[in-house]
Amino acid sequence: MTNSWTDIRNTDLVVIMGGNAAEAHPCGFKWVTEAKANRGAKLIVVDPRYTRSASVSDFYAPIRQGTDIAFLLGVINYCMLNDKVQWEYVKAFTNATYVVKDGFAYQDGLFTGYDENKRDYDRSTWDYQIGPDGFAVVDETLQNPRCVWNMLKAHVATYTPEMVERICGTPKDKFLKVAQMIAECSTPTKTMTSMYALGWTQHSKGSQNIRCMAMLQLILGNIGVRGGGMNALRGHSNIQGLTDVGLMSNLLPGYMNIPVEKEADFATYMSSRAFKPLRPNQTSYWQNYKKFFVSFQKAMWGDAATAQNDFAYHYLPKLDVPAYDVLRTFELMHQGKVNGYFCQGFNPLLAFPNRQKITESLSKLKWLVTMDPLDTETSRFWENHGVYNNVDTASIKTEVIQLPSTCFAEDFGALTNSGRWLQWHWAGGTPPGEAKRDNWIMAQIHRRLRALYEKEGGPFPDPILGLTWNYADPDEPTAEELAKEMNGYAVETLYDPADPSKVVLEKGKQVVNFSVLRDDGSTACGCWIYSGCFNEAGNNMARRDNSDPDDTGAYPNWTFAWPLNRRILYNRASADVQGKPWDPTRKLIAWDGTKWSGYDVPDIAPNAKPDVVGPFIMNQEGTARLFARGLMREGPFPVHYEPFEAPIANVIAPKIRGNPAARVFQDDLKQFATSEEFPYAATSYRLTEHFHYWTKHNRVNAVLQPEFFVEISEQLAKEKGITPGSWVRVWSKRGEVKAKAVVTKRIKPLMCDGKLVHVVGIPLHWGFMGAARKGWGPNSLTPFVGDANIETPEYKAFLVNIEPTTGPVTS
Amino acid sequence: MNMELSRRGFLKVAGVGVAGTSLGAFGFGDLEAAQAAAIRPFKLVNTMETRNTCPYCSVACGIIMYSKGDLRKGENAEIVHIEGDADHPTNRGTLCPKGAALKDFVKAETRLKYPMLRKPGSDKFERISWDQALDRIARLMKDDRDANFIAANNAGVPVNRWTTVGFLAASATTNETAYLTYKVVRSTGIVAFDNQARV
Repeated sequence: MTNSWTDIRNTDLVVIMGGNAAEAHPCGFKWVTEAKANRGAKLIVVDPRYTRSASVSDFYAPIRQGTDIAFLLGVINYCMLNDKVQWEYVKAFTNATYVVKDGFAYQDGLFTGYDENKRDYDRSTWDYQIGPDGFAVVDETLQNPRCVWNMLKAHVATYTPEMVERICGTPKDKFLKVAQMIAECSTPTKTMTSMYALGWTQHSKGSQNIRCMAMLQLILGNIGVRGGGMNALRGHSNIQGLTDVGLMSNLLPGYMNIPVEKEADFATYMSSRAFKPLRPNQTSYWQNYKKFFVSFQKAMWGDAATAQNDFAYHYLPKLDVPAYDVLRTFELMHQGKVNGYFCQGFNPLLAFPNRQKITESLSKLKWLVTMDPLDTETSRFWENHGVYNNVDTASIKTEVIQLPSTCFAEDFGALTNSGRWLQWHWAGGTPPGEAKRDNWIMAQIHRRLRALYEKEGGPFPDPILGLTWNYADPDEPTAEELAKEMNGYAVETLYDPADPSKVVLEKGKQVVNFSVLRDDGSTACGCWIYSGCFNEAGNNMARRDNSDPDDTGAYPNWTFAWPLNRRILYNRASADVQGKPWDPTRKLIAWDGTKWSGYDVPDIAPNAKPDVVGPFIMNQEGTARLFARGLMREGPFPVHYEPFEAPIANVIAPKIRGNPAARVFQDDLKQFATSEEFPYAATSYRLTEHFHYWTKHNRVNAVLQPEFFVEISEQLAKEKGITPGSWVRVWSKRGEVKAKAVVTKRIKPLMCDGKLVHVVGIPLHWGFMGAARKGWGPNSLTPFVGDANIETPEYKAFLVNIEPTTGPVTS
Repeated sequence: MNMELSRRGFLKVAGVGVAGTSLGAFGFGDLEAAQAAAIRPFKLVNTMETRNTCPYCSVACGIIMYSKGDLRKGENAEIVHIEGDADHPTNRGTLCPKGAALKDFVKAETRLKYPMLRKPGSDKFERISWDQALDRIARLMKDDRDANFIAANNAGVPVNRWTTVGFLAASATTNETAYLTYKVVRSTGIVAFDNQARV
């Protein structure tokens, strides 16, 4: 989230699209209710199903899953044609005025530089014209046909209300009503918030779904303001934290990157990370990258990371592919190229697409280690549960070690919520049996492996033997120790560069925040964006002052928000070019002639002059990007692409299947179906009463929603002869499930490009372990393909068939 | 601050006393005694309160866990009740149908208690000790890393990559566990490293 849950109270219009907060995030949704009740805010829901969010909305519009980009580009087109633009914001705070390089073009669904065999682009023309002064060329008058604004205007012209109706199945009048309501938020005193979740991410173009709405929010001037923003509701309790700390194949903590092979040495690695400003006087904050990187290396390897060895640059692995994401890893596992696998609190047998492939892949492992408080399906993937897990146990040669871990109630530490609040929690219960905390388990694995390398030697043991491990009890580092390490500390006494006689921070003390980190090895910091969370003032994540001066919704002294306890990102953009709040009733920060101050920690240097330094300090431009340059794999502007399995051909580019830049493995391509074979458009979703595959272990939740079902329209039920509550078989090209049919008015068929499209809804909470009845998840059906940029699987749009059947035989 | 004697428990005890006295003043002495005998003692009396956050979705509602026994004193603590934290700015004491049933997760019958081993081809788990499990894991890792670690590419550039073992981390663990996991996993050269953020 750019903003926070409690800030939603400040909005005028909530758009829930790609999410269903009333059911999936009920206690956060209360802030939508507050905005409606106290500000007269309106709620729009755009969804294939008439969800409970929709049931309390002011306006609902149906949409076919996987067509959000066409819808949103249609809204952008509407705003541009009807002059519903926050012009001062767009001209000063976005790259609308920047002139695009010659050679860049778009035609028939593709941008310049496409290589069909590689399914990838040469992105060299996707950039700005650079002037003789080394800065990007801009045209403040917006007359140049090659400036971003005019290129975007031409790009979105295709997405007329008629085209939106044709692609999305949203009736034209409903689309126009939504567009009108959104367009009203282009004034500086009206704002809109976007609340989205996995309904946008789980597509082969998920990143562009989100980017598209972010562009719309910029055009309306809604980023950085109270009640505005791009608000990713997110899934798990600490999915934000795990991403922040970088537990992904290609990441270092704090959104830095693992090196790739061609970055053969530290100098080469840093050369592409200079982040020189692209416009005069801009902050380009990533210029500090080296400070954060070196401080991370010092936290990892301490004395072993020296200037002489490039701060142990070679201790890090180097990637030969963009990422060993989960889809690639299971593809490799399927090819027999992975021997061992750890699942820490993760249930891939139900969480990853194409379950048959997942079962086959796990069966090829030599060993699997699971760590979980609960008895998961993954840890028992080898066990035969009849139709629910029909495996040949004896033929599966995988050794499985199942480790019992504690749950939240028995552990200390912080979780980062979607509003970026790091909230500390305390243990209140004794773990059952011999269950152990994850910190103990991970410490044991490390210490035992380290002992083996000390005793036996082996290939390049240095990163293991040199790992910083200065904990009071080396067998179980405490949460406090680890939080302090992430916050960072002075490795050497720090002196003021301007006055070397002045001590800034004594050796061993906690740094106040990341602003004091250095690139010479004198500071250590495990995760720079968290720096400030546990400094000499103590554990700021444990703060519990719930006062909220002037009721802004900021709660500035409640726990700690990254970065620097900032509650709303880009908050400099809440004020105009002179630094005056766009909306005095929604003041966030303001310029008083010498400095910035207000209700939030300014997202800009405190003395940065407002008419000189742009608000988007992380970007080299100082502005936000309507044109993404080469940073997105499938193009600088979003384009409507159909899901890989779609009920109709792509109307704007009939030859293109799916996202042309998404990676597809050969064997999976063969398992993509056409609408001739599988005519119905399926989607997956969560229920209020369950959390993934987790709450089915709880008696209360198992009673509330005991049994797997699929949801279909009355029209489809009639067409297929399916009666409410009867058994149906649903199958895709990859597998089948049996479920009770819930026949509802919440789903209605959509007319898309002249074809009636039926939608099948598949909730995702059942398996073969726990207290609920046995069932399946949608992953028995879903295709093995991910988003082009980050490889999130396409769970939200795929094709199935359905027929009446008899219930599964159960003992 | 995170733990205190239950305020509600204290008030409830006081409230029963007041009611009893006024009933007695009206001459219902026997009734009062019968009623007092029938009242189930309030379950949160003398419990410890601990602040936590709901582990499910990323709204991260504040919760209060009530336990019998005090962990800080080294006692065994059994969680007997969980409810919303009224002081929390986001949820203000409310919980959804998942959060309201959290105690059932803590006490689920399928909570794991002991390390288990399933041997190749076997149809069952067998209980093993932590030492057996952890020594075995370290051995399996060491042997595979020694055999398959890629120290350098064809051009002689150190790449320090271990691709034959992967690690899925959990986005319901704390930041601190995540960071420790990061250190341990990255130091080995594992590149197939991911968490639920990707899915």
